[in-house]
Amino acid sequence: MTSTETQPAGPDAGSAPDAPVLEVTDLHVTFPAAGQGRDVHAVRGVSYQLRRGEILGIVGESGSGKSVSSLAAMGLLPEYAEVTGSVRLHGRELLGLDDRQLAKVRGRTISMVFQDPLSALTPVYTVGDQLAEAVRVHNPDLPKAQAAARAVELLRLVGIPNAEQRYRAFPHEFSGGMRQRVMIAMAMANDPDVIICDEPTTALDVTIQAQILEVLKTAQRETGAAIVMITHDLGVVAGFVDRVLVMYAGRPVELGTVDDVYYRTRMPYTMGLLGSVPRLDFQDKAPLVPIKGTPPSLSDLPPGCPFAPRCPLVREECTTGEPPLVRVGAETHQAACVRAAEIEANEWTAADIYPVPEIPEDAAAGTPREDREVVLEVDDLIKHHPLMKGAVFKRRVGTVYAVDGISFDIRERETLGLVGESGCGKSTTLMEILSLNAPQRGRVVVLGRESGRLGWRDRFAVRREVQVVFQDPMSSLDPRMPVFDIIAEPLRTHGHPREALRSRVHELLRLVGLEPAHATRYPAEFSGGQRQRIGIARALALEPRLLVLDEPVSALDVSIQAGVINLLDELKARLGLSYLFVAHDLSVIRHLADRVAVMYLGRIVEIGDVDAIYGAPAHPYTQALLSAIPIPDPEKERSRTHIVLEGDLPNPANPPSGCRFRTRCQKFRQLGDDERQRCLDEEPAVIPLAGAADHGAACHYAEERELL
Amino acid sequence: MSMSAERAAVVTGPGPEGGDETRVPGRWSAVGRQMLRTRRVVLGIGLIAGLAAVSWIGPLVSPWEFGDRDFAAFLQPPSPDHWFGTDNTGRDIFTITMVGMQKSLIIGLLAAVITTVLAAIVGSFAGYFLGATDKVLMWITDLALVLPSFLILAILYPALRGQGWLIFVLLLAAFAWMVTAKMVRGMTISLKEREYVLAARYMGVPAWKIIFRHIIPNMSSLLIVDATINVSSAIIAETSLSYFGFGVQAPDVSLGSLIALGARQAVTHPWTFVFCTGLLVILVLAVNLVGDGLRDALDPQSKSRRI
Amino acid sequence: MFLARRLLNYVVLIFLASSFAYLLAATTLDPRSNYEQLDPRPSQESIEARLDELNLNDSTPLAERYVTWVGGVATGDFGLTIQGRSVNEEIARKAGVTLRLIVVGTVIGCTVGVAIGAYAAVRQYRSFDRVSTGAAFLVLAIPTVVIAVSLQVSAVAINQAAGVQIFQYGGEYTAGLDAGFWGTLGDRLQHMVLPTLTLAIAQFAAFSRYQRNMMLDVLGADFVRTAMAKGLTRRAALLKHALRTALIPTVTYFTFTFGILLAGTTFTEKIYGWNGMGAWVVDSIFTNDVHAVAAVSCFMAVCVMAASFLSDLLYAWLDPRVRVS
Repeated sequence: MTSTETQPAGPDAGSAPDAPVLEVTDLHVTFPAAGQGRDVHAVRGVSYQLRRGEILGIVGESGSGKSVSSLAAMGLLPEYAEVTGSVRLHGRELLGLDDRQLAKVRGRTISMVFQDPLSALTPVYTVGDQLAEAVRVHNPDLPKAQAAARAVELLRLVGIPNAEQRYRAFPHEFSGGMRQRVMIAMAMANDPDVIICDEPTTALDVTIQAQILEVLKTAQRETGAAIVMITHDLGVVAGFVDRVLVMYAGRPVELGTVDDVYYRTRMPYTMGLLGSVPRLDFQDKAPLVPIKGTPPSLSDLPPGCPFAPRCPLVREECTTGEPPLVRVGAETHQAACVRAAEIEANEWTAADIYPVPEIPEDAAAGTPREDREVVLEVDDLIKHHPLMKGAVFKRRVGTVYAVDGISFDIRERETLGLVGESGCGKSTTLMEILSLNAPQRGRVVVLGRESGRLGWRDRFAVRREVQVVFQDPMSSLDPRMPVFDIIAEPLRTHGHPREALRSRVHELLRLVGLEPAHATRYPAEFSGGQRQRIGIARALALEPRLLVLDEPVSALDVSIQAGVINLLDELKARLGLSYLFVAHDLSVIRHLADRVAVMYLGRIVEIGDVDAIYGAPAHPYTQALLSAIPIPDPEKERSRTHIVLEGDLPNPANPPSGCRFRTRCQKFRQLGDDERQRCLDEEPAVIPLAGAADHGAACHYAEERELL
Repeated sequence: MSMSAERAAVVTGPGPEGGDETRVPGRWSAVGRQMLRTRRVVLGIGLIAGLAAVSWIGPLVSPWEFGDRDFAAFLQPPSPDHWFGTDNTGRDIFTITMVGMQKSLIIGLLAAVITTVLAAIVGSFAGYFLGATDKVLMWITDLALVLPSFLILAILYPALRGQGWLIFVLLLAAFAWMVTAKMVRGMTISLKEREYVLAARYMGVPAWKIIFRHIIPNMSSLLIVDATINVSSAIIAETSLSYFGFGVQAPDVSLGSLIALGARQAVTHPWTFVFCTGLLVILVLAVNLVGDGLRDALDPQSKSRRI
Repeated sequence: MFLARRLLNYVVLIFLASSFAYLLAATTLDPRSNYEQLDPRPSQESIEARLDELNLNDSTPLAERYVTWVGGVATGDFGLTIQGRSVNEEIARKAGVTLRLIVVGTVIGCTVGVAIGAYAAVRQYRSFDRVSTGAAFLVLAIPTVVIAVSLQVSAVAINQAAGVQIFQYGGEYTAGLDAGFWGTLGDRLQHMVLPTLTLAIAQFAAFSRYQRNMMLDVLGADFVRTAMAKGLTRRAALLKHALRTALIPTVTYFTFTFGILLAGTTFTEKIYGWNGMGAWVVDSIFTNDVHAVAAVSCFMAVCVMAASFLSDLLYAWLDPRVRVS
């Protein structure tokens, strides 16, 4: 295009067909510390090669350096970052190029899709203009009209309906999934040879994730690009990529084909990671494999293998030198562990090397459900709130039907999982229950006492029995209070004897697996998992009967998550608690819950026994939801067919008539006109399925179907 | 984000028995250390402390008393006898400048404390309760913002004549809390959705307790920074008003009233103008240094508010 | 209609603020003393008559005087000054002077401030950033009064040194000058330089610091990274994507600082001897001119509301997220 361009941009010009498109060698990234702090070594020697059309997955927990390494490859790190090593694109070295030269490569030969579609688009320009800009940056001679036409074409390609009108929409008028489609369109605008996807689906719901993964496949088909897929989700990797690179503490620790890494794991960290994921496809509720401790700080690494402090197979030599990535087994399989050969010889799996905690049997497991006390009863609960618009000129433009008539109950020692995607009303339901105010309609009965009909004193008493654990371990604890005061707050509020306060707090800390000595410290000194344990201790302080859990593990890394899930399992059995467990992760729910309620647009669409629903879901939405979740098992994943729902969640201020799911329903599309009419006119209620003990679905044409 | 477990293990067991208030002694000292690590804060605090010391010790050391007039020296340049020279009524400029600086310092600090407390209370109650409380409080705030505060203070000046400077400080604070209150309100609205506030609410803690226990302490960095900024705005407001005679009244002097006197003869007798102006600028600069440094030290995310 | 409701709210606020100022002025100011201190002292009856004529007699109940005043204001008459002239005429003469000073000073100050602040953020920790931040920091520590006086003092010193009137530092124009259109214009411009500069310097300091902070906040934003990822150079991404977004909060900041700006304008007018609204109110307080004070308060309230409205409009124009579709 311009004369300064020295390297041919075409995919096969000048290079051998199997020469790597992108070659990263011994990449190091260091963020020099400001002031007296220590330098952060974010990436410490990453090497990989990417061939034409190949998909490489880079997996790791937060802080493992997986994103930084690809930002470094694109030259998108802040100026103060120190990058060494080599990044070659079609043989041309990218490191050391100045901004102007790099800009010519970025977006044309190598492009990127970012994680958070909310903040990745400039809020003040229309999506179409931003897309057209991507086209015109690399083709300055192209007339504006043609760039716009190309932008519309790209929008259509990534599946945005009414592309011509949506061209003029601003990013805030798009849903998360739609924005991510725009990002992908932007990435493929100039037919790149490499697309780097940095957690492209992490911020999205599962059904949208399935759509986006489809779009990415389309993008690859259209451009023939190689893809680097950065993610923490072992399920996404299993079905989507060819090879996997596992990173820990800034270094690759295992590299190989998906099958090698998943079925012939040779690095204890990878094994732990795979063992700690709750499985959607496993019916038995064996405890998960937790990895003890937390990842090391990247500014203060211990000598030797960074995983050694957490490793069950640690030996003395592990702490002296960092093991290099060496070949194990198959030619393409490498692992960085001194005991890899031993693991291979003994064919160890995660269960063999990690100590699995004992979880006591629940004493009440034998009692039939009907004989147990009802702890919480929700009957036809409604929560509507006004929809306001405009920051300068505020006005009411409608009503959001956040929760629109839901009913369920929870018995003693029972866990009800409330699942659904964002915007389905599950959190609103929780807040309505917890507020103990009179609902707009319907009834909420906690331990036989109805909300809204309580005096101040009774309400205060009920609060003892219902406690809550929140999602975000960062914001659920007051950062200005020491842990002791945090846990003592409910006790003090409810007049616990002062002299017994101290022993009670220490007892609670021990109960959740922390030390009494931790009481003197502040939340900031703890890791996410530990903070979540403090939150659980606070919730248990008043010995409640019902614990409401709002996505308690979704903000945690998988290896930490497993420990918290095991703890919740154990506490329930030991203390005889009932849980109302809200989550969007169906795998976690399958592991923890006894019963499940699936919500869609403010309504419950399916409810019943966990095995009945996961084994044979009857509502088309539940089917789609279950089918959309990738399973961390490459073979199963390859043989599955995903039901990909169309479109986005309808606006909860303007739900469709009749069945709310019909606009996206795969079943609806197969029905005849007469049958459809019923879906259009009549809102289905939850009806028990014939032949099932505890299983109901809100679909006129419910039909059980085995999926997993 | 994740403090390592290793570090956690280093800390020793529970403190000595007795009393269930297991408090951490090092908390505020940790904040203090952090403040002291910022060079600007140290420099600023040092400057303020130095100015305060000089302004209180100076008049004691000076051979002239505050009320003294040297009828042998009118408008004399600085000399060993009169360190900063004399003004047209024979007063020793060094002595009156020091006394003026005392007043400016006290006015600035007092007004800032009152302003910040008022703003914190109004803002947090409006933000926490929203609804009618918010409407009323914010309407009052908006109303108070319609007229520039200097105007009201100037109109009030005839009534204040002879009332002493304390009333003046109160009024200065009474018309300066609005912007801070609006910011506090905004912060409260976001803090109130924090899960620890929800947790407290769902365990039955009354609203006013939540505000004073969870909301205001968690804005302390904003409030500290803002209080500092309010010190310098109060000093500047005092100076401007006193310049026109609306502020501190004779026989009291402040830097503002001295600047007013000096400005008239700044060209012919620069010492009457330069010293008080210079000290004022150094004082405000020092306060701003502290405020700016504190913001970086305590509140790294909120660079974005205002000056 | 929201616009109408908003304007109504403005009118109510302006009305209340002006009434408050009137009541305050009527209670604290003492017009009677103006006459009682005259030498020779007028007769008691003539003082009463004069005060009654001006609606300033403190023996009339305050409520009654207020009603009379409001009645006048409602018909667009702000009453008489203490000298017996029409307040309306005075406003007509002085408002323009003040508005010219505010508008020119603000436009220059804000534009320069925003540009310098944004550039300083891009060059963070480089010499440009250090110098401009240091300058802004210093200026912020100096009250507008002191800036004005210092500029004036320097102007005198420079004029004396040069022996020519390079700078004009008193009044709005040279009285009695007869130099034709161009000469008068030049004379006015010459008089404008220092007062406008005073305001512009103060505005520049506040805005450059604010804009720098806002810009620093968006420098690391994801959308800037996206812009670079699609092939824009860092400079282009910053200019086109970061600056445009970072301007939005600055518009709100303008409303917050407007009150301070008005104060600065008042002091500047007074110091440079401009016959604007600000200088008028300062003089009126000393001459116990209740109606003038109330009128200027009303004028300032209108200015504050206009500024707030303007910044709301700008905000909606800059930020598509708040536009009502």
